[in-house]
Amino acid sequence: MNLTLRIWRQSGPEDKGRMVTYQVDDVSPDMSFLEMLDVLNERLILDGDEPIAFDHDCREGICGMCGLMINGDAHGPQRGTTACQLHMRQFSDGDTIDIEPWRARAFPVIKDLVVNRNAFDKIIAAGGYITAPTGSAPEAHSVPVAKANADAAFESAACIGCGACVAACPNGSGMLFTAAKVTQLSLMPQGQPERYTRVIGMVDAHDEAGFGGCTNAGECTVVCPKGIPLTSIGRLNRDYLAATSKRGDTPGT
Amino acid sequence: MELFTEGDPIADTRAPDGPVETRWERRRFEAKLVNPANRRKMTVIVVGTGLAGGSAAATLAEQGYRVKSYCYQDSPRRAHSIAAQGGINAAKNYRNDGDSVHRLFYDTVKGGDFRSRESNVHRLAEVSVNIIDQCVAQGVPFAREYGGLLDTRSFGGAQVQRTFYARGQTGQQLLLGAYQALERQIGLGNVEMNTRHEMLELIVVDGKARGIVVRDLVTGEITTEFADAVVLASGGYGNVFYLSTNAKGCNVTATWRAHRKGAYFANPCYTQIHPTCIPVSGDHQSKLTLMSESLRNDGRVWVPKAKGDDRNPRDIPEDERDYYLERIYPSFGNLVPRDIASRAAKNVCDEGRGVGPTKLGVYLDFADAINRLGRKAIEAKYGNLFEMYERITGEDPYEVPMRIYPAVHYTMGGLWVDYDLQSTIPGLFVIGEANFSDHGANRLGASALMQGLADGYFVLPNTIANYLAAGPFEEVDGGHPAAVEARRDVEDRLQRLLAINGDRTVDSFHRELGQIMWEHCGMERSEAGLRKAIDEIRALRDQFWQRVRVPGDGEGLNQSLEKAGRVADFFELAELMCIDALHREESCGGHFRAEHQTPEGEAQRDDDHFAYVAAWEFTATGEPSVLHKEDLNFEYVHPTQRSYK
Repeated sequence: MNLTLRIWRQSGPEDKGRMVTYQVDDVSPDMSFLEMLDVLNERLILDGDEPIAFDHDCREGICGMCGLMINGDAHGPQRGTTACQLHMRQFSDGDTIDIEPWRARAFPVIKDLVVNRNAFDKIIAAGGYITAPTGSAPEAHSVPVAKANADAAFESAACIGCGACVAACPNGSGMLFTAAKVTQLSLMPQGQPERYTRVIGMVDAHDEAGFGGCTNAGECTVVCPKGIPLTSIGRLNRDYLAATSKRGDTPGT
Repeated sequence: MELFTEGDPIADTRAPDGPVETRWERRRFEAKLVNPANRRKMTVIVVGTGLAGGSAAATLAEQGYRVKSYCYQDSPRRAHSIAAQGGINAAKNYRNDGDSVHRLFYDTVKGGDFRSRESNVHRLAEVSVNIIDQCVAQGVPFAREYGGLLDTRSFGGAQVQRTFYARGQTGQQLLLGAYQALERQIGLGNVEMNTRHEMLELIVVDGKARGIVVRDLVTGEITTEFADAVVLASGGYGNVFYLSTNAKGCNVTATWRAHRKGAYFANPCYTQIHPTCIPVSGDHQSKLTLMSESLRNDGRVWVPKAKGDDRNPRDIPEDERDYYLERIYPSFGNLVPRDIASRAAKNVCDEGRGVGPTKLGVYLDFADAINRLGRKAIEAKYGNLFEMYERITGEDPYEVPMRIYPAVHYTMGGLWVDYDLQSTIPGLFVIGEANFSDHGANRLGASALMQGLADGYFVLPNTIANYLAAGPFEEVDGGHPAAVEARRDVEDRLQRLLAINGDRTVDSFHRELGQIMWEHCGMERSEAGLRKAIDEIRALRDQFWQRVRVPGDGEGLNQSLEKAGRVADFFELAELMCIDALHREESCGGHFRAEHQTPEGEAQRDDDHFAYVAAWEFTATGEPSVLHKEDLNFEYVHPTQRSYK
């Protein structure tokens, strides 16, 4: 199939950036979306142009490195699918496809389609863990975990940290990402001792990093390639409320 | 010119002697300790943030060392350990099915086709139980039974159920556990994390590893970084084949640069070809995707009995199908180890019985399992894998059998290390897939996660202390002649790559190199093929340095420049792999030489002549490497012909 691509080009953080149109022909439906960009980049290099910079690594939908706005949808049209797993059979001959980077205040553009997502790591560093220094662990079977809780924790733990939720959110909020980790750890008995300090630390770090507030728009969960449910944000809010009232503070401050 | 010369054998691996089950305890007792106040004065550089590097960096920081961590990705959570699907082995014997530390030890030595060290493997089996405890304490959501206890399954060639798992995303969950421990230490200020940084050279001062040269991939800035010890946890080199199940960024540069600085490279030809990957669909293919071999627990592998049978698989009656693994290996059936399953798939395709558009594929059929257990049960076990298959191929594996074919997956070879995981350069430690230890010539399923975490959480943090006890070492800075030279080498190399401005892309060279390697140094190797490959690699490498085009400059994000440096190192490694494969005149594990097979076509080892680790010493570019042999002694698991019949 033959396609018209309109791709965001931006040489660096200071550049204003612009959409540039490229024509790509003979695209195979068996190609992945990123392989289609590879083919275009090979051509650009031989033509003496700069190839398009984009992030990617595992190309099997698990590392969370890739992230493209495709026709305004984070990761493109297929539900539950990262950009690297999206295949060209989802498109038709003659289509025009807009390709842009994640756009959010907390994710500044580095170059072309590459953005800086270090803010996510800061949220985890502020409490997204269970303190268990190596060697200190009790025997694994000393604490049973109800299967339902383990399974529900897994659902949230499946988050790949790609940032699609932020890119899709009208407020640029990172609350689905934050809530996924809070939910996972608060469902496990091992996560209880730090349950309330964790949620405060993570929400504070989230706000400091420049993410917007959550207004339950729900766009995040629609684009999430791992289907993290919106209810996890409800769980976060409940823990946050409990934590802040325990602390004697007003929520949100 | 001869391809290599032979040097002195390696006499000492620093493994304690005595009964194998007491060696690790003795080593820990005899190793020197560093008192907590002194740990704060010492810095350790850790390159890579996968299971090995992430767990090591977190643990060293918990112990009180200052840690500087580096990864090329934008976050330490993205290292390719994250893609491991199936599970992690541990000798917990929760199933009461006869498992024990000794059995895991035995299975791993045997599975490695008697080309690994007994001392190392026993230690691995011992600490396997601690890993599960550690990960559970971190909140890793392992699969559980209704009673709340951990579920286990049998995996890749094991007859006991010792594999712990988290759906098909075990690697992801274990890595996130290590990543979170690491982030905690970053938050506490104990680890300096450097993302989007790539190590391009090792700095050796007075014979000791004292630092690295790194490039900031965003700004292009090149800096020298120093420490009391350097730990490489930079993963494997499967991408030398271009197409593999590795992430696109996986590369050999960190270990290869260390090799050029004096670290021996051991058994480079031992590569693991995984039997269950999605077949190649066309020339645009950029990577291959693994389907977890846990699928072989319920899927049955078959091809049509007749050559060129193009019928829809559902129209081929039972008696015209060849369930060849069940036929040839009745006792293990579809669960034979990876090397055996891969070669069997190649053989039936070579016979003209392959399936799919390219005829390089075999069926993995779930129809029987769906009939027996119901679609729901299969969905619960493998739902995410089935979805992934459908996204990539456009076919529904609940309705038609999957098509699979072997692909390069893991490299057992790597930098040579002693029992302490220290390379031949003092102060340079190598952990995880980047080293050569533990797996011999073939790695068993669910053992990579075990080894990465064993090294990072439990082995290295104990053994590195013995080295650091002599520190802190004399201060070194960027003005030291060794640092100045290392930095200049990096800058010259980048400038040279940028200046060629030829007429071919980096990827076009990488793809061609990969084809040479797959053809001649892949599932089956022969003397004639390997000699041809060495000539072709050399010729192509010359072309690369004359004709590659790397656009842009070094002053900022330049993904073509990153790739070019990695591919340049793959060219050098590829030649050494072929030389290693050529010199090893036997078949063992993942290394199958056409000239050395039993009458039934199975791998024929030659223990009299090749029961050794081949450790290669770099001399100079274009000069023959020196082979050092480390003899392997088997006191507990006596070498036998591996038989899975």
